[in-house]
Amino acid sequence: MSLGSDIVDYVELNHEDIVDALVAHVWLALVPVAIALVLSLPLGWLVHRFGWARHPLLTLSSVVYTIPSLALLLLLPGFIGTSILDPVNVLIALTLYSLALLVRTTADGLGSVDEDVLAAATAMGYRPLRRWLSVELPLALPVVLAGARIATVANVSMVSISALLGIQSLGQLFTRGFQLGFYAPPIIIGLVLSVLLAIVADAALVLVQRFATPWARVGAAR
Amino acid sequence: MIEFENVTKRYPDGTRAVDGLSLTVPSRGITVFVGPSGCGKTTSLRMINRMIDPTEGRILIDGDDVTAQPPARLRRSIGYVIQHAGLFPHRTVVDNVATVPVLSGVPRRTARAAAYELLERVGLTAQMGDRYPAQLSGGQQQRVGVARALAADPPILLMDEPFSAVDPVVRAELQAELLRLQAALDKTIVMVTHDIDEAIKVGDRVAVFADGGRIAQFDEPEELLARPADDFVRGFVGRDRGYRGLSFVAAGDVPVRPISTAVAGLVLVVDAEGRPVAWRGPGGDLPLGGTFSDGDTVRRVADLAILSPASAAVRVDDRGRADGLVPHEDLATHIREHQVALLGDGGPG
Repeated sequence: MSLGSDIVDYVELNHEDIVDALVAHVWLALVPVAIALVLSLPLGWLVHRFGWARHPLLTLSSVVYTIPSLALLLLLPGFIGTSILDPVNVLIALTLYSLALLVRTTADGLGSVDEDVLAAATAMGYRPLRRWLSVELPLALPVVLAGARIATVANVSMVSISALLGIQSLGQLFTRGFQLGFYAPPIIIGLVLSVLLAIVADAALVLVQRFATPWARVGAAR
Repeated sequence: MIEFENVTKRYPDGTRAVDGLSLTVPSRGITVFVGPSGCGKTTSLRMINRMIDPTEGRILIDGDDVTAQPPARLRRSIGYVIQHAGLFPHRTVVDNVATVPVLSGVPRRTARAAAYELLERVGLTAQMGDRYPAQLSGGQQQRVGVARALAADPPILLMDEPFSAVDPVVRAELQAELLRLQAALDKTIVMVTHDIDEAIKVGDRVAVFADGGRIAQFDEPEELLARPADDFVRGFVGRDRGYRGLSFVAAGDVPVRPISTAVAGLVLVVDAEGRPVAWRGPGGDLPLGGTFSDGDTVRRVADLAILSPASAAVRVDDRGRADGLVPHEDLATHIREHQVALLGDGGPG
């Protein structure tokens, strides 16, 4: 039998498992980006606004990013008292990674806003909070969303690791293939779905970017 | 009226941007702060709307201390135009213009409708209102910046190097536009520039800043050119101040001779309608150069006289017909009389 028909057979027999794994994978990959985006706004602002916050926060971010994901997944339950099989561990670990990335990009995004524009906003009579929400943040958005795209793709890839701990995700298709003596079909299906998911998620964020910052394309076209 | 009362701005590192500035900017008209970079002119401007707070002294607008009300409310009552326009790149042009009214609570729809009208007032079209700032040229952006500053109809307009980032041709257009607007609006405008020519062109009064916010001279532009207060002002006003001073002398007072007068062996040729065509001499026709009318300045007349092959400027009436000639020597006499009169009612220059 050819590999192609093996894959078709595998899908026919296991499509429910595959769909469940895909849904779990999407959830575990995307929720951390959303949480990290929200948390990165105040933290990125601290880094951008206050010199004293910059060094410790960015160093901490870099350190967090260097912790191997498997180690983090194994250590987290000990710190927060969850079961090692609990998907919350994955959510928290990936939120930390995404946050480590997004704090920096949010700070960079805020730093990329033209000083003249901010001075003009102040001179027009914006109070600080309103200026931040309606001028600074929208103008930082292109850079922040670029960071969110990187974090999303990285997460889609990293979620698979959690399968080693028995947590449901597309990674389980890899471990399954491994357990079946390098049986190719689940590995290939997992691989293709992971890549497709990363591409679709990235494309979705590009659409969000276009919709949320129509002015940025206009500026770039000149 | 904007009063600076012994205003000092010291930074933590000890540098004094402004040191004991006392100055009264009268209501209505354009007052220009001009000076070399680092002279404290921009700091002084920004202290009016509290973008910067003074270390000592106070600033009064129509008798009220600027610190008497919250800074955001004060700023909404003062228009502000910045170098590079500082438009919000994420908002359309019309939303940029509507910024201050919307901040002050005017319904967005009403503010936008007014903003479209304002765009036409500053020489743009309503269609441009729907574009983003990045789709406009530098000069157009600066016009939008002026419209945005005027949107709430503030009595005071602060302009911080508004035209220094555009090319000289556009700058001249924007300056002319500002003067046209000001003739209609009659605001109290304070403008900062490092360009003395711009100061002299647009200012009703010019404050020349020396280092540390010291005022070297505060005078009308014509006075500045005719009687610089000290060597600093003389150096800053620069060369050709005699010639540039002629741009404050109206051409209408210059005596003319009949157009049939031969000058330097040349005679003016006119067409059937009486419009000047060329200078004719024994060697053939020579180019006319240009003409002036009553609304021009003596600087224009002098320029034409220099360029003319007959060394005479040609005056035309409002229908373009030649109605007088001004030869060199008549112009020289007129300028001398004017200068003697100018210097006579003050000290020596």
